[in-house]
Amino acid sequence: MTTAPVSPHDDLASLEAGLDALEAPVEPRPSPLRKAFATTWPPAVAVALLLLAWELAYRAGLEPTYALPSPADVGLVLLEQLQDGTLPAAIGTSVTRGGLGFVVAVLVGTPLGLLVGRVRAVRRGIGPVLSGLQSLPSVAWVPAAIIFFGLGEGAIYAVVLLGAVPSVANGMVTGIDQVPPLFLRVGRVLGARGLSSARHVLLPAVLPAYLGGLRQGWAFSWRSLMAAELIVSSPELGLGLGQLLDQGRLLNDMSLVFAGILGILVVGIAVELCLFAPLERRVLRRRGLLVGR
Amino acid sequence: MSILTTLDPRRTPAPAADPGVAVRLSGVTKRFGGGAVVLDDVSLTVGDGEFVCLLGASGCGKSTLLNLVAGLDAPTAGTIAVPGGRAALMFQESALLPWLTASQNVELALRLRGVGRRERRSRAGELLALVRLEGAGAKRVHELSGGMRQRVAMARALAQEAGVLLMDEPFAALDAITRDVLHEELVRLRASQALTVVFVTHNVREAVRLGDRVVLLSSRPGRIAREYDIAIGSPRRIESPEVARLSVEITDDLRAEIRRHGGQP
Repeated sequence: MTTAPVSPHDDLASLEAGLDALEAPVEPRPSPLRKAFATTWPPAVAVALLLLAWELAYRAGLEPTYALPSPADVGLVLLEQLQDGTLPAAIGTSVTRGGLGFVVAVLVGTPLGLLVGRVRAVRRGIGPVLSGLQSLPSVAWVPAAIIFFGLGEGAIYAVVLLGAVPSVANGMVTGIDQVPPLFLRVGRVLGARGLSSARHVLLPAVLPAYLGGLRQGWAFSWRSLMAAELIVSSPELGLGLGQLLDQGRLLNDMSLVFAGILGILVVGIAVELCLFAPLERRVLRRRGLLVGR
Repeated sequence: MSILTTLDPRRTPAPAADPGVAVRLSGVTKRFGGGAVVLDDVSLTVGDGEFVCLLGASGCGKSTLLNLVAGLDAPTAGTIAVPGGRAALMFQESALLPWLTASQNVELALRLRGVGRRERRSRAGELLALVRLEGAGAKRVHELSGGMRQRVAMARALAQEAGVLLMDEPFAALDAITRDVLHEELVRLRASQALTVVFVTHNVREAVRLGDRVVLLSSRPGRIAREYDIAIGSPRRIESPEVARLSVEITDDLRAEIRRHGGQP
């Protein structure tokens, strides 16, 4: 006895097609032009307001000119420094140091993070030290680095590495801790073992948190570098942005100091906007973790 | 005690010492650490091409049983034989890897079995077409609905070409309309691909709708309480009166099992 009507395959196919069409999530896709406009104008307005306030403060004569130069003065010094090549050279020197330090920090921090994340004994031993190190301001390392390495590049790189390695390693550890156990089980069911499991399941799953670690690692390298350059300066050493700042201080030239700060800021923002932000956005969007943004 | 299950793709399927048998559990007992017994002396044979539903309340060890057959865990005592060599396992959540597209998820299963690149791509396309998702291969997991995700997961499980397909409450998280459609889809696939399925559920009607046989498990420890042969012809629907009638009978038995845990006779 059958009460159910026979359902031909075509019926099921069209039923499924209809259901898929109804249920598939719809992602809003704003036009790129509008999006670009929407993200650019608020910071532009904020910067303009800041400059306006600065100009007004200058005109009001709140502070003597040597302590508070006008935006135009700073702009002129900036232009001068750019034209005679001092600022570009300082940026080049600092970016080279920061970049090299960061790359080495990644090469050291990545395997260290894997080790701490995957080997229980290592985690018990080094884990707390590693997270503790992260909260230590890297300026604190500068005196030790100078005593150990002398006033030279060695001291600068030591401070950069001590600042950045814990961030990179911790990013990896966090990523490993957050891998859903379900993914690892799926990998096993599909036949992934050891290396193939790491390659196809663990590492891709870790990627977002690891990228976060890299981003933070870069920020720490850059900050540590500035701290080190401010203090470690000698005539033999190439002139970095930190040393330029220190020079400005010695000459009591606030405009030069401001120009140096702007240089530091611009590099930090440029690396963030051109490297880490797009990378992170791409990874998150592919995983549907950034819908509509 | 020996475990004959393996997930190793390089292993050639054992010669069928047990003709017509897809899974054989003999006296399987499982306890975790020194804790309580989860499965107690479970013996069950699933024939080639059979569709068996395991039914039980919480704590009956349904999922543990599937993990044992899948080789994700080893039994404390007893033997598990999967003469086909491997078992594919589908989870309640689709468990698709979110950094891969639908097609790449299917291809990964093929890749881990050592299938070459070109063949992987065309085979994944065929499998997606089989679950009627041709054209959705390039979609990311988050762009698929829950029902579509479970169909991709089904295609991925089929890509393993395992001797038996284990399903752990695969439709529990879906809405009733989608679940009903996927029931029909599963029945169709099972017939066209000659699948052997062990399907775990806590939904009595679902078990009766799908299974050739329903195995009722008792809880704490999990034991086989009763088995039912479902002699309802196809096409079956979840609304069919025969399904309803048998569901009432099984539900009564299930409730009796649950009452034993309430402390009252």
